[in-house]
Amino acid sequence: MSRPVSYNVHTKPLETDISMGEMPEGFKGEGFFATKMNDVVGLARKNSIWPLPFATSCCGIEFMATMASHYDLARFGSERVGFSPRQCDLLMVMGTIAKKMGPVLKQVYLQMAEPRWVIAVGACASSGGIFDTYSVLQGIDQVIPVDVYVPGCPPRPEAILDGFMRIQDLVGKESLRRRTGEKYKSLLESYGIQ
Amino acid sequence: MELTNEIVKQKLIAKFGEQVSGFTEPYGMLTFEAPKEMNLKVLNFLYDDEELKFRFLTDLQAVHYPDEKGRELAVVYHLHNLGDNIRIRFKVFTDISTPDVYTATGLYASANWMERETYDFFGVNFVGHPNLKRILNVDEMDYFPMRKEFPLEDQTRIDKDDEMFGR
Repeated sequence: MSRPVSYNVHTKPLETDISMGEMPEGFKGEGFFATKMNDVVGLARKNSIWPLPFATSCCGIEFMATMASHYDLARFGSERVGFSPRQCDLLMVMGTIAKKMGPVLKQVYLQMAEPRWVIAVGACASSGGIFDTYSVLQGIDQVIPVDVYVPGCPPRPEAILDGFMRIQDLVGKESLRRRTGEKYKSLLESYGIQ
Repeated sequence: MELTNEIVKQKLIAKFGEQVSGFTEPYGMLTFEAPKEMNLKVLNFLYDDEELKFRFLTDLQAVHYPDEKGRELAVVYHLHNLGDNIRIRFKVFTDISTPDVYTATGLYASANWMERETYDFFGVNFVGHPNLKRILNVDEMDYFPMRKEFPLEDQTRIDKDDEMFGR
């Protein structure tokens, strides 16, 4: 043995108690709690997002690592990843999307039920990545609207978790009337989606 | 008697005479060419002959030589004799303005998709192919990507922001 192995494990004491989540603001009373419908629905939705992994290439492997036990994605509420778009909330596009795959991705997005969110994981899904070529779609926002982009080639599981937490913020704060409003409709129209 | 490159070469010259030419052996693999009208005859001979028995088509690709006028596109067949472990490379040259080559799908079923890929990327028209359409690129593409006739960057791109990419 040349030199003794050093394990760089520095245990940090917990600063705040993380076993309970934050309560939304509301009016408390004896046996009741009144708050905005928005907050409650947002709280429920954001802690139980069911993702649809659309893993195409290397970023898919990082997603597998994120779902595994070390960087657990299940602790954020997505214990069940579904592969059916009808049952999922979040479309996670991970990997290079070729121009031939673009219509397929759009079809999967169209089959998802409202409310739906999209996260583009990795450089290739965000902007084509290093593949600036005739066959690669330069970013999935050419075919579907994207909520969060996670850069990286591939992004570390911590980065994917960070993107996921931002999606949670978006879900928690989203207005219940957003999906029927004019702005959202015009956004979808710009992609050619009815 | 063990099959060697010399024996293969002698048999080819005995059968086809002057029509097979350009015998070289880069890295020990016998390479020769023939006129494009003869490609099926040569392939059939290499398949049927009981001593040669080249019955495995390893690869079918094309190369674009933009400087050799009249012989720009080379269709390259890599054949393998599985019993004696001999490989051979057979090239067929064609003009880029009439890139018609007879298809090898009658002899090798694996040539089907390989010829579709060669058509997709080089534009070689395989005469007699059952389903010659693009296989890896988008169907609406009107150019052949692997030909060496394009500038390094697409001049008509609108989705890459010039200022962000340092142009």
